[in-house]
Amino acid sequence: MTEIIMSQTPPILHAPSEKERKYDRQLRLWAASGQSALESANILLVNSGVGAVGAETLKNLVLPGIGRFAIYDEAVVQEADLGINFFLDESWLGRSRSQGLTELISELNPDVQGTWYPSENVKTLESLLVDDSQFTIILYTLPIRQGQLAQLEAYGQRHKTPLVAIHSAGFYSYFQLNLPGAFPIVDTHPDETATTDLRLLSPWPELVAFAEELTKDIDNLDNFEHGHLPYVVILLHYLGQWKASHNGNPPSTYKEKSEFRKLIQAAARTDNAEGGEENFDEAAAAVLKTLATPSLPSGLKEVFDHEHTSPAEQRSGFWLIADAVKQFYEKHGCLPLPGKLPDMKAQSKVYVQLQNIYKAKARKDAAEILEAVRAMPGGDRVDASEVELFCKNAAFVKLVNATGGPHAKTSPASRLKAVAEQEFSNDESASLTLSPLSLLPIYLALQATSHHVDSATPPRADNILAAIAERVPGAERNERVIQAAQEVVRAAGGELHNVAALTGGLVAQETIKIVTKQYIPIDNTCVYDGIAGRCQVLRL
Amino acid sequence: MSSQVHPSSEPARWRYLDQVRTRPGPFTNPDLFSGEQVAAAMESMKILVIGAGGLGCEILKNLALSGFKDIHVIDMDTIDISNLNRQFLFRQDDVGKSKAEVAARFVERRVRGVKITPHNKRIQDFDEDFYMQFQLVVCGLDSIEARRWINATLVNMVDEDVEDSYKPLIDGGTEGFKGQARVIIPTVTSCIECQLDMHAPRAAVPLCTLASIPRQPEHCIEWAHVIAWDQEKPFPALDKDDPEHISWLYQKALARAQEFNIQGVTYSLTQGVVKNIIPAIAATNSVIAAACCNEALKIASGCAPALGLPDNNYMMYSGNDAIYTYTFRHERKEDCPVCGNRPRELPVSGPQQTLRDLLDSLADRPEAQLKQPSARAAGKTLYMRVPESLEKQTRPNLEKTLAELGLEDGQEIAVSDPAFATVVFRFTLRFKQ
Ligand SMILES: [Zn+2]
Repeated sequence: MTEIIMSQTPPILHAPSEKERKYDRQLRLWAASGQSALESANILLVNSGVGAVGAETLKNLVLPGIGRFAIYDEAVVQEADLGINFFLDESWLGRSRSQGLTELISELNPDVQGTWYPSENVKTLESLLVDDSQFTIILYTLPIRQGQLAQLEAYGQRHKTPLVAIHSAGFYSYFQLNLPGAFPIVDTHPDETATTDLRLLSPWPELVAFAEELTKDIDNLDNFEHGHLPYVVILLHYLGQWKASHNGNPPSTYKEKSEFRKLIQAAARTDNAEGGEENFDEAAAAVLKTLATPSLPSGLKEVFDHEHTSPAEQRSGFWLIADAVKQFYEKHGCLPLPGKLPDMKAQSKVYVQLQNIYKAKARKDAAEILEAVRAMPGGDRVDASEVELFCKNAAFVKLVNATGGPHAKTSPASRLKAVAEQEFSNDESASLTLSPLSLLPIYLALQATSHHVDSATPPRADNILAAIAERVPGAERNERVIQAAQEVVRAAGGELHNVAALTGGLVAQETIKIVTKQYIPIDNTCVYDGIAGRCQVLRL
Repeated sequence: MSSQVHPSSEPARWRYLDQVRTRPGPFTNPDLFSGEQVAAAMESMKILVIGAGGLGCEILKNLALSGFKDIHVIDMDTIDISNLNRQFLFRQDDVGKSKAEVAARFVERRVRGVKITPHNKRIQDFDEDFYMQFQLVVCGLDSIEARRWINATLVNMVDEDVEDSYKPLIDGGTEGFKGQARVIIPTVTSCIECQLDMHAPRAAVPLCTLASIPRQPEHCIEWAHVIAWDQEKPFPALDKDDPEHISWLYQKALARAQEFNIQGVTYSLTQGVVKNIIPAIAATNSVIAAACCNEALKIASGCAPALGLPDNNYMMYSGNDAIYTYTFRHERKEDCPVCGNRPRELPVSGPQQTLRDLLDSLADRPEAQLKQPSARAAGKTLYMRVPESLEKQTRPNLEKTLAELGLEDGQEIAVSDPAFATVVFRFTLRFKQ
């Protein structure tokens, strides 16, 4: 097998650019593709209420180099802003908070362009939103006036723009992603250790031939060769032996696998200087994990089962590829091979040969899928690299918000009731199961003040509980709901900087995931309790 | 629930903070809380921040906006361009300047009334008297070794009869989308040394793999770094921040990779492996630093129960796959060399093991991580790194077996390491054979 070797260029050409140096620590997480997605994004922050959480969120998006942002904030800077918001100072007292925040946050990164509203020409939120779709994602902080929320929601639906609601008060906060429909992610970045797929139970001819060639005279190999057989080859060899004495069946039960592992351990040579062989240790350790019959991962199953009939979905490369992968799976009984070989003790040459056998098979599978995609209507527009990425990650592809969005079968109100019932019933047995108590009470208490924009009269516990009773009847008598309401009353509509900063970190992180389509965003509400020091994600 | 607010000296400015910190909530412990004293107490408190990097910048901002007025910060690093994607108190023009000084000046300028004293030094440059002046220590470091040092120092300072000698240590750390925040009350809760095995060092690639059978791009880079550099000495000393040096290593690694048909050596990977770069973003730093400072506010004011007092003391955070936190109580270890009082069991293959092997193994063991150990047993010096004369005298012991040195199963040895000068690590040898 020949490998293409890139010609050697002088080192100076490889040295990173100024921009790569500045963003080095994040490029290691989301690569150039993620960075370019960030740089093309335009974010609107509607900064209502105290507004520190909005500023903190924006800080964490401007630093990594989001393309553009706009702030809509009607407030005038007051003394109290200076005790909570780091991106305002004395010179802004009595002036537009929107402008102050935009100027001081823009200082963080000269690559980013910021604008502020209301302005001379755009005096209301409504007039800002009449324009064509220009925002990649909209963040808004609570409490907010009901009318403005309705305008934002209408915009989100019209333009299929993700909306993020953020509410931070005292020690509590939550935020909620409102995605316009099912949101697939291919580049989910699973843990390295989870991704090994060696196909030892269903090897293809080239792999079998390679393993047989290396082990045909296994007992007469010298100690060096024997001690450097890759564990993949060792396992295939002894699997062959095992099957021969077990009616052609591989070890399947735990007991059989343990026996098989002993067989491998016994085959290691001990008459050498080390008194054992590392590669056989690796092989024995890999038995349980690599000899499992793969089942269809739940995330991918959700993708296969999802009806993708909306016009946007029918145009998308993702769904064409998903259909092709589904066909492949139905035909072959397995997913396309990801093709990655983990490191293992082996001679360099042998390892690289084995690696190439896996890569070649992965390329072949990807080519089959690409061909199927191309045969579909609209498939000629799909990029080969998109197919490749899907094949590599197929087992980890994830669909967020599969059942949510405007076509959801249940209304948000009834979902909330169902979740509440489940959470409160879990709480009753929490002391037995040693599981943490639900943070739903915090969500309920905060949500009851979603539109409490009048800072002169702070929220009262009885009002909060009455509002909760309307949404989840009976919850207003729950002890923990009452406590949560009291805690919200203590905050009196104010934010704590730490909680705002923490929540701003969480929201920025989720925004980055949505914009880059990398890693897995929450589905769909994250509640933070700054007293217990923990978060919970709820699907509301 | 409409108890009275006890405003600070600038009531209008600190309205939101005072509403929460000076009034009890449903979870406030009345025995630990006195609303009318909170603002004044916090204003006179001295708080120490260790590290002015990704976490440190956030921590300084958060503490200044939490009502602390007298903050010290220690960091001996200078600002690098790769800091600017998250260390938001620094600008392009600040590259090369002291992190502690620039960060302190910025926050002082932005938040009126807060005093921040920068120390452009190492934490080891200060003695116990210095650390004794603070009521709280908040750490945002990327080095385990520095954390262990400050932890051991604060545990050592505890005098059971002096309440003020217990300095709560709040520690944060991040890696990519993950991180942790923990609260340590020295000698009361589990300490950083008790928790050391949760931060196991990455296993090193065996030298023979580097030397003769490389398979991964990382193997080629480590070969260039560990072997080729030493053989060829292209520059007097390796400076990992010098692009010319990294370029040299990259060239070497690339040539070796081509020789073995290995793909994937890049400049960026070379730099990552050689400098052991940990990915870092503003968002995660924001989460972890705020979690730490939230605990600082709760401890300082008593307005809500803090971690470590006495239940859960550790919050693990992961943001790769949705958002997940696990907040739990990490138990103190009786055999912790810093805060425990029992020697720790040390499995040893047998009496035929050499002292060198034994001491080398201490570097890799997750619960030990001692890179420069010296050892004594029953009044006898086994091996000492300093002074030179003693090193020379004890060096031959390294090649002796434990049996030859008269060390038996169940025997206790005492190990010290210059990185943690005040700590004696006591181990009980346990022979496997
Ligand atoms: Zn300890």
